Amino acid sequence: MAATIRITRDFDIAEECVQDAFARALTTWGQQGIPASPGAWLTTVARRRAIDIGRRRDVAVRSQHYLVIEDSVAGPEIADGEFEDDRLRLIFTCCHPSLATDTQVALALRMLCGLSTAEVAKAFLVKESAMAARITRAKKKIALARIPYRVPERSELRGRIDAVLLVVHLLFTTGHTSPVGENLSQVDLVERALDLARMVHGLLPDDGEVTGLLALILLTDSRRGARVNPEGEFLTLADQDRSTWHRDSIDEGLALVGRSIRRGRPGRFTLMAAIAAVHSSAPHWDETDWAEIVGLYDLLLVVWPSPVVALNRAVALSFAQGPSAGLSALDELSTDPQLSTYPYMAVARGDCLERLERFAEARVAFEEAAMLTENHVERDFLRSRIAQLH
Amino acid sequence: MAQYLVLIYSNEASWATTDEAFSAKIHDGHNKFGEKHGAALRGGNALEPTMSSTSLRANASGEFVTTDGPFAETKEALGGYYVVEADDLDAAIAIAKDIPAPFGGLEVRPIQVMS
Repeated sequence: MAATIRITRDFDIAEECVQDAFARALTTWGQQGIPASPGAWLTTVARRRAIDIGRRRDVAVRSQHYLVIEDSVAGPEIADGEFEDDRLRLIFTCCHPSLATDTQVALALRMLCGLSTAEVAKAFLVKESAMAARITRAKKKIALARIPYRVPERSELRGRIDAVLLVVHLLFTTGHTSPVGENLSQVDLVERALDLARMVHGLLPDDGEVTGLLALILLTDSRRGARVNPEGEFLTLADQDRSTWHRDSIDEGLALVGRSIRRGRPGRFTLMAAIAAVHSSAPHWDETDWAEIVGLYDLLLVVWPSPVVALNRAVALSFAQGPSAGLSALDELSTDPQLSTYPYMAVARGDCLERLERFAEARVAFEEAAMLTENHVERDFLRSRIAQLH
Repeated sequence: MAQYLVLIYSNEASWATTDEAFSAKIHDGHNKFGEKHGAALRGGNALEPTMSSTSLRANASGEFVTTDGPFAETKEALGGYYVVEADDLDAAIAIAKDIPAPFGGLEVRPIQVMS
């Protein structure tokens, strides 16, 4: 997709070409077998289609320079590095400051990572129709205003990086807990987010937040295999078998977060990574340093005053100081409009109420959460919690 | 002689609901305007819709902040312009009145003369 956009400069056409390439792949590979490098094959086919469509459009469309046709696209041999460069370019196009920040993230999720509009809408807690309109409008602006498709110069890079980090992070969280559908996580999205985080880190290795984000992804993803049991049921941090956490990722993540913290003035991603690091360093749930985690959330709320952060802080508080403290912190947040349809708010309340042995109220909260989540694994988890209530 | 910038404002939402025949008629109107006033015209262009616009606004510390959208959100948006040369405002207005401007209107602004 990214490679194709360089030729068409038009996201809609690029999408069409890629879909077409996939359709062709299914027929051709069925007859001739799968090529050695399927990705390169698809890109080549999509590029050829883009050039075809471009030629046809030239007749009809007045602005011919929509198209930057490269002569060198005929061969199927495309170096792996080129894919990386293309993805990096695409992410900077999607994260251009002439697009509204929310739109940048939405666009990258849709265009760079192939999330459906419904999934992107979910990640943003907005209606699908509103998200569809926003993405269409953004694609039109990219084409009309000719937003460049390139990695910015070193001097511009600092000003452009925040939006990119936001996108990579949202991509990761969307993949880590897929908001819609059957599977708890979408491994390919997580891997893409990790790839992108490494790429951006390669570009700016000394930036605290770039380092923090890579650490955050590594530490969170180290628990991937432990998050569901063999029956496919969701396991919380408390119930996960910590011996199955991925040790190499943890070691790499801890080293990175340490490096970022030592730089001083930790930003949002470094603080989130630090919180993940506290969990990674606890050999068992009972040994978690909750006071440290609450302290980190306090710092995080200063740099990132978001209702979801406040919700997580309240949960940490319920472990550091007990469920009543947690519940009153949650009650303070109950009027926030963004949290009112957020399933984790109801889960957190249910959890505190259950620990306070207020089972009837806990049941109501869990039932509300089960209604609000669209992830099947999470819903089953909530149903089993309701069933276990006394 | 003085120069005037004639700004063409129109409601973009109304444009979106017109058919090709109507657009062709307006296009033709601009061609006729160009033929009639060619001697007075110093330039002019149609603009892409405001959704393609980007605004740069200086913040408190004097740095530009980039935002999506036109500088001012108005019902009738700037959609095109002509630069015309005329003896005085009355002459400029007389020329401007030949510009087709459905769903909106025109603004005639003198261009400052640097001495």
